[in-house]
Amino acid sequence: MTEAKPKDGERSRWLDRKENVDKVYWGVWVLCALLIAVEPLVHMHAEIAFAEWFGFHGWYGFVACVALVLAAKGLRVLLRRPEDFYERD
Amino acid sequence: MSAIELSPAWVLILGGALVPLLRGAARAVWAVALPLIGMAALAALPMGEFGQFSFLGYELMLMRVDRWSVLFGWVFLIAALLSAIYSLHVRDWIQQAAGFCYAGAAIGAVFAGDLLTLFVFWELTAVTSVFLIWARRTERAYRSGMRYLIVQITSGMLLLFGALQQVTATGSLEFGHIGLDAPGGLLIFIAFGIKCAFPLLHNWLQDSYPEATESGTVFLSAFTTKLAVYALARGFAGTEALIWIGALMTAFPIFYAVIENDLRRVLAYSLNNQLGFMVVGIGIGTELALNGTAAHAFTHIIYKALLFMSMGAVLYRVGTINGSELGGLYKSMPYTTVFCIVGAASISGFPLFSGFISKSMILSAAGMEGLLVAWLVLLFASAGVFHHSGIKIPYFAFFAHDSGKRCAEAPANMLAAMAIAAALCVGLGVYPAPLYAMLPFPVDYVPYTGSHVLAQMQLLAFSALAFAVLMRTGIYPPEQRWINIDSDYTYRRLMPRALRLAARGFDAAHAHAIALAGGLGEMLGGRLRSGYGPEGRLARTWPTGSMALWAMVMLLAYLLLYYL
Repeated sequence: MTEAKPKDGERSRWLDRKENVDKVYWGVWVLCALLIAVEPLVHMHAEIAFAEWFGFHGWYGFVACVALVLAAKGLRVLLRRPEDFYERD
Repeated sequence: MSAIELSPAWVLILGGALVPLLRGAARAVWAVALPLIGMAALAALPMGEFGQFSFLGYELMLMRVDRWSVLFGWVFLIAALLSAIYSLHVRDWIQQAAGFCYAGAAIGAVFAGDLLTLFVFWELTAVTSVFLIWARRTERAYRSGMRYLIVQITSGMLLLFGALQQVTATGSLEFGHIGLDAPGGLLIFIAFGIKCAFPLLHNWLQDSYPEATESGTVFLSAFTTKLAVYALARGFAGTEALIWIGALMTAFPIFYAVIENDLRRVLAYSLNNQLGFMVVGIGIGTELALNGTAAHAFTHIIYKALLFMSMGAVLYRVGTINGSELGGLYKSMPYTTVFCIVGAASISGFPLFSGFISKSMILSAAGMEGLLVAWLVLLFASAGVFHHSGIKIPYFAFFAHDSGKRCAEAPANMLAAMAIAAALCVGLGVYPAPLYAMLPFPVDYVPYTGSHVLAQMQLLAFSALAFAVLMRTGIYPPEQRWINIDSDYTYRRLMPRALRLAARGFDAAHAHAIALAGGLGEMLGGRLRSGYGPEGRLARTWPTGSMALWAMVMLLAYLLLYYL
């Protein structure tokens, strides 16, 4: 969404504008903040004790995804091959 | 006997065989009518056991109609209907005929009450479905289909060997709870495990599904693997090893999904990950866990079909499905974009979408049994599946940077199939009661509690935040034109190389042996020479001998590979 270049004759879309993409980005931050803010209002009940720690699912999700992407990025260096790898020889 | 005559399996198999005789509108009407007739047949089936007869002294049971088989029968018929509508524009009759026979075979297997009937339908799913891959009519698809067929047939052979061991030891072919310690149990377990894409036995799935046609992959995504889940739930519920196998299955494919460029292959990896959740549920084996597995199989078949349909529509219109070449398609395919997002929200388990009401049962069951590590892995996988299926798929196809590609919206029949699937995803998510009422055990589970909803929303929102931050900082690995090697590397590269190397060594040894035999012949005279010399009988048998040896080596290699 970073390159906003509507083709000639096409109407400009909302997401073509950089500031609107920024709005979406900061919107995710606001959503996360809200979901943490309402936690004291909800009676948290979990089968596993530490899942009731404050904001557990939030930080676990964030850390899990960052770790996943970094690990996958590292693995790609080992695993990647040219597209015709198996078609050779 | 009326139940046998009306078996939905035979409706689809025989009906599918008639497809080549029809043309144009007649074929379209027939294709939509067949799954509907199948549904009517299923609705009319009374619960119970039918079609018992003696075969070579063994008791067979063609139809076992109970809550498990009826549930899977329904969802298989729904999948057949969705696939049929989705493929209405296809003129190639092979795809529809093969698709219906494949769906019918899977339904037949689900209703099988004995292992021999199961085996017959098990193999029938393999030989019918491979045509959906070959229908792509490329060299690549042909080779991939061959590999697929070898793996599937191997699974069937192991099932047959296991069944024979069971019948030798117990005298019964009944397909009930088996367990690992039963005679033939391990062989049957591996047979199911191959079709269920257990870790290291999984790669046929990611290899072949993305090579099939647009419609073919939609058919394929529904049946084979969920038939295996069903079979595991029947035969191996409560087998502890399945908890760990399943946990591993949920986790490792998502690393591949993050770096994979072919978006249908990304979906194949996430399909593997979703199977992991079901396998964990089977391993836990409590009523809640098994209900969770059954419910998740049901919702999964529909949202996975929806995701494959949306990516198939992109492939059909744009001609490629590589993330590196797509982007900005929401401008050209707005409806497909919306349907894809519904599928993505469902697989991610957003509240009010179908994945939420089924996956949470499995997670709760793991938590209740105190399976801390497994629970943490499942939670990790839940975050990860949102990351790659929920965000990556729609983002790289429809948003991201504008690829400049402009195309028409998907054909009306594709949109109709996607709309029905999307409606089911939302419907089941908002109102799960009808699905819960169909589950194998009575349901005492409330998915929508404040705690559940908030926890899941936090998990998803922060996963989205991680994606957004990594994207904005440029850390997220861009889509690139690479393929990634997986366990298929062993049989597509290492084994052929090793065999070639062995062949060279074998040739050398062969030459030495002949020289030696010749030398001995010189010493021992003409009589020995006539028998063992270069022109002798033994030397003549070398080529046949080496052929037999080759066959044995290859068989052993395959067997070893699948045992490991």
